Amino acid sequence: MIRLEKRLAPSKRAQYLNPFLAVALTMIAGGLMFAALGKDPIAAIRLIFFDPIFSEQFGSYSRPQLLIKSAPLILIAVGLAIGFRAGIWNIGAEGQYIIGALCGAGVALAFYPMEGWFIFPLMIFAGALGGFLWAMIPAILKTRFNTNEILVSLLLVYVAEKLLAGMALGLMRNPDVAGFPGSRDLRRYESAHNADLIANTGMHWGVVAAMIAVIFAYVMMTRHSLGYQVRLAGQAPRAARFAGVSPTRLVVTCFGIAGVLAGLAGMFEVSGPSGQVRIDFASGYGFTAIIVAFLGRLNPIGIVLAGLLLGLTYIGGELSQMMLQLPGAAIQVFQGMLLFFLLALDFQTNYRLRLTKGARA
Amino acid sequence: MILGSIQPAVLIAALMVAATPILLAAIGELVVEKAGVLNLGVEGMMILGAVAGFIVAVQTGNATLGFIGAAVAGGLLALLFALLTQVLMANQVASGLALTLFGLGLSALLGQSYVGISPPRTPKLDLGPLSDIPFVGRAFFSHDALVYVAIAIVIGVWWFLKYSRAGLILRAVGENHDAAHGLGYHVKRVRALAIVFGGACAGLGGAYLSLIRVPQWTEGMTAGAGWIALALVVFASWRPFRALAGAYLFGGIVVLQLNLQAAGVKIPVEYLSMSPYLITIIVLVFISSGKARGSLNAPGSLNRPFHASG
Repeated sequence: MIRLEKRLAPSKRAQYLNPFLAVALTMIAGGLMFAALGKDPIAAIRLIFFDPIFSEQFGSYSRPQLLIKSAPLILIAVGLAIGFRAGIWNIGAEGQYIIGALCGAGVALAFYPMEGWFIFPLMIFAGALGGFLWAMIPAILKTRFNTNEILVSLLLVYVAEKLLAGMALGLMRNPDVAGFPGSRDLRRYESAHNADLIANTGMHWGVVAAMIAVIFAYVMMTRHSLGYQVRLAGQAPRAARFAGVSPTRLVVTCFGIAGVLAGLAGMFEVSGPSGQVRIDFASGYGFTAIIVAFLGRLNPIGIVLAGLLLGLTYIGGELSQMMLQLPGAAIQVFQGMLLFFLLALDFQTNYRLRLTKGARA
Repeated sequence: MILGSIQPAVLIAALMVAATPILLAAIGELVVEKAGVLNLGVEGMMILGAVAGFIVAVQTGNATLGFIGAAVAGGLLALLFALLTQVLMANQVASGLALTLFGLGLSALLGQSYVGISPPRTPKLDLGPLSDIPFVGRAFFSHDALVYVAIAIVIGVWWFLKYSRAGLILRAVGENHDAAHGLGYHVKRVRALAIVFGGACAGLGGAYLSLIRVPQWTEGMTAGAGWIALALVVFASWRPFRALAGAYLFGGIVVLQLNLQAAGVKIPVEYLSMSPYLITIIVLVFISSGKARGSLNAPGSLNRPFHASG
């Protein structure tokens, strides 16, 4: 008879191996799905994971896209992972991302058409502040009124989406163009444009911010006492309380960091790759970042790799839509499967299968 | 003056319709949470139910079969959650999120060739003379069967949890799984069954949206209804009839908001349509704080994994 036995300590090997296994299994299951949709599975998988980087035909377009798509994912996921480690569930990053974009764009549009070196830094500050304040709503409701932070942070995503629509159609709408909903294009406003730092590489300020965030998070989690408190609260909440870790402060800190980073991601997106406050601005980065955080093992370095991989699936998804007429939703299913397989495989991190002789009661 | 144009009987009838999808999803989740499991995948199961119900109904031309298909689809997705959390001991919060992300994607994929189609009509239940009573007939007795099925499920769940032996076992498993295990009950089996029931209910709720309330299939059409249902369970302090009252209260707000939109109030539609989410948050705050402290009624083993070490 096979029994599940709890391991005394989590298996490090399984922990590092599982993401790779999960990706492999997702490729197989995804291939089956593509076959069921009547497409050549091998061509589809190749198009999603290989061609965006190595193809001569699309490479020059899609290589810079890799940084553009991965930077917001990494930026958001690094923040979320800190909270997840402490058992604090901020699943409303998508909302914080939207509000960050709205605040950043709001500053730019308020100064338009004035030019000045100080506008972009001010936008960065506004974006971070916007994300921070939006994240403070669930954090403070949690610490002050004991309201479930999972539900509040998620419900606020819908509020943020409505606010985005309201802004795109109302206050922030470009007054010079009649009939087109959406704000002025910030890419045509030099002081506010988050341009490529090196032309045609996709390397914009958001990528720099993501790199800084990864380093900071890594140092914080391994060297700083706050990182220790986060890990302690996640692994042994009672012990953490005895050790003097204040749950209130931890909730506020974790939400605050995640909010700032998500807000920044939104601001860098709206001022660069996207360029405009539009109804369809929100593209689900805030949710995909949750997958990135788990796939990266809640570890900053792992998150970089996971972010690049999921960024790749975004581009590959677009390519396969174009080349194979695969529906756009297929890539969402693909990402969902990845998380499923990862969660399913992770049981061997904490448990192992044991064969026992005969059935014992 | 604006409110004057709204007829009370029509309002009540509309709010019952608006409340039914979240009521179905919430009563299912209530049973799941009573068994000590937090399934955050309600939104995913709802939307999969919405698309599955729609497809089955369109293909067969029969709305009833559509609802059955929706319940099966919701139940199947829930089974996946049960496999992850009960057998493979995965984190419940993460698994629930995975369910939602996967459900949203899969439904969009399945439904892409069904956009813009009208589903077969679900007939109103013929209640004979009852429907002809002035006011009351229009308000309460001129609905499709699902509105009453939802109420019947609420009553059934209430009776089941309060008076049946199986319900007692389910509550025991949710309050203290170690004690329940010690008494010889199969914690995981009970939980898996509850999870599948919750999925089927969420699926029904989703299909109610796509087959009756809207009735059409559009991507992401549940628009947070699953999350509102989750909040409703907290609001109801895990009591079936409070969930019913909460759902109808919520339905009333939604209908009022839609009426204000239609009446052309000077507030842009985008801001008015925030109100259901904002009100849900405000109500959650009230419930979880102060003297009411509804959260004190939460099942003791909620969101705690169980693994028999013996």
